[in-house]
Amino acid sequence: MKKTYKIDVDCANCANLMEDAAKKTAGVKDCTVSFMTLKMKVEFEEGADAAAVMKDVYANCKKVEEDCEIYL
Amino acid sequence: MNKKQKNLLIRIIIAAVFFVPLYLISEGFVSVGMPKWGLFLLFLIPYLLVGHDILRKAFNGIRHRQVFDENFLMTVATVGAIVLGEYGEGVAVMLLYQVGELFQSYAVGKSRRNISDLMDIRPDYANIEIDGVLTRVDPEEVEIGSVIVVKPGEKIPLDGVIVEGTSALNTSALTGESLPREVSEGSDVLSGSINMTGLLKIETTTEFDESTAAKILDLVENAASRKSKSENFISKFAKVYTPFVCYAALALAILPPLFVMVTGFGMGGHASVGSLWGDWILRACTFLVISCPCAVVISIPLSFFAGLGGASGQGVLVKGSNYLETLSEVKVVAFDKTGTITKGNFAVTAVHHSPIDEAELLEYAALAECHSSHPISRSLREAYGKHIDPARVTDVKELGGHGVTAVVDGRSVAAGNSKLMRSLDVPYHDCSHVGTIIHVAIDGAYCGHIVISDELKENAKAAMAELRRAGVEKTVMLTGDAEPVAKKVAAEVGISEYRAQLLPADKVSAVEDLIKECRDNRRLAFVGDGINDAPVLSRADIGIAMGAMGSDAAIEAADVVLMDDDPMKIAKAIKISRKCLGIVKQNIVFALGVKFLCLILAAAGIANMWVAIIADVGVMILAVLNAIRCLFVKNL
Repeated sequence: MKKTYKIDVDCANCANLMEDAAKKTAGVKDCTVSFMTLKMKVEFEEGADAAAVMKDVYANCKKVEEDCEIYL
Repeated sequence: MNKKQKNLLIRIIIAAVFFVPLYLISEGFVSVGMPKWGLFLLFLIPYLLVGHDILRKAFNGIRHRQVFDENFLMTVATVGAIVLGEYGEGVAVMLLYQVGELFQSYAVGKSRRNISDLMDIRPDYANIEIDGVLTRVDPEEVEIGSVIVVKPGEKIPLDGVIVEGTSALNTSALTGESLPREVSEGSDVLSGSINMTGLLKIETTTEFDESTAAKILDLVENAASRKSKSENFISKFAKVYTPFVCYAALALAILPPLFVMVTGFGMGGHASVGSLWGDWILRACTFLVISCPCAVVISIPLSFFAGLGGASGQGVLVKGSNYLETLSEVKVVAFDKTGTITKGNFAVTAVHHSPIDEAELLEYAALAECHSSHPISRSLREAYGKHIDPARVTDVKELGGHGVTAVVDGRSVAAGNSKLMRSLDVPYHDCSHVGTIIHVAIDGAYCGHIVISDELKENAKAAMAELRRAGVEKTVMLTGDAEPVAKKVAAEVGISEYRAQLLPADKVSAVEDLIKECRDNRRLAFVGDGINDAPVLSRADIGIAMGAMGSDAAIEAADVVLMDDDPMKIAKAIKISRKCLGIVKQNIVFALGVKFLCLILAAAGIANMWVAIIADVGVMILAVLNAIRCLFVKNL
């Protein structure tokens, strides 16, 4: 299952950091963050609960870049 | 500018106002006899004002074990400089760094808006008549088969067929074509076009999610998430680069002075051990300033994004940065014939050996064939162009596989192939032209023949020439048509090779053979109209679908979608990609080149912090401005 979320972040490298952090989150199979369109596209593992996983993704992203926002 | 940016701008201005007189005092241009610690406290005001968020982020980064980000680098470098007594430098670095951040944020936001304006096809509402009252509803709520009303100046929200009204549509956001398209009752219209002149009532044929506008938006929005090799290279590079420079800075701060102290070699230039350490630590701090990877990291995706946006403004939709990259390496282009090089509709191309007026001959033939629905008859009627009165035609006999005989205005007319002429014992002329030949006999006498063939697109020939100019080495036409037709078309448009009589499966293997012939990064593009080319489109290095509006299979299978039928856009797409990749390379080489140069100069003690921060921010600004050039592709 794939979902796209709107995000807000200030620099391109921070977007890359968010992508890495999201990829490392349990339940996320793959993730791409586009700084230019300010979109985060998440592919979830089979059977993962998207809402719960996104909460972790959000927390992990906040750790690497506190100035980021994911509109869940 | 948004609120965040305005906030930062105000902070920068106030800090700069504080900073300039302080700097003049500290450098001794103005003497006020202030003690060093007083100066230090005063310098803290602009420093904290402009940099407090950086300090906080750096602190939080360390807390979260995410040490090596640019906030950390800036913090260590500036704090280092200030501790060593270089107050001016420390504050200046922070100030200029924030100027750079502000510029970057502004430029990116601006180009983001520019590009989304180019693709501004998202309809906001649809007008539906409910109980005689026009009501605005969300396009997503409109069901298939509803009748929507589109006023002049409004965007057509959903694909459909016009049931009432005539107008001119501006389709430039969809096709890049600036000429308005005339539509009237019965015309198909696509969502995303703008109704310019008349009120239209449209019966919808799709739901919003399936409409052209929604599909294109989806395609464009996803394009940026398919990252190119250059983007991946840069983000990997940034990951290695920053820690590497940090450790190098650490080594620079410790090893040389240690070496000097142990060996005693080179101590001569320094008054004391303290100044020796101070000198090298300052050099290390300069190193850290240069180590911020932002210039490169921002400019590469920005270049691609601008390139994708610029291309879509020209009616060329590229489905990802990676495809833009491949497109720039295209050296061989293979074409489908029908619908790509030719129009795919049959039309009268010549009338030969006619003793009577050509228009008259066409008139007789069209009248004789007026009851037939065969494509050939249709093209005869189109060539005639005037209204056909069926009452003038009697005794129509359709002879399958031969043609038609009929009585037109009291004269007996026979129109058909050579078999028909032979069966009527009429001597006829063979034709040297390729295509379908309609011989016409009136009252038993031969009156010449009409040649019907698929027409070339007007600018097919120019498009091939343009492709060669764009650096394409080989063009190949793949067609299911017979050899003579293929040969003629290839010669006429100037295509170097052709393969005729191919079944759809043969096209795939032909493309595979061509790919095998390509060496060292020479890529093959296949151009088709997308109707039956889906397997070939996906097999080629780059699949380009033409005139693909409304064809789902093509949008699905192709990597590049040309919104209109114009073959000139193929060369344009390649040129856009070349320009974009050129800019990407310039930015990588320029930004990294300047950084490495500064690193060396800083290590050697030649470049001080001023040079470092100006190089850092300057490179970033130039790289961003250069990246935005990708947007301007109209005159390529």
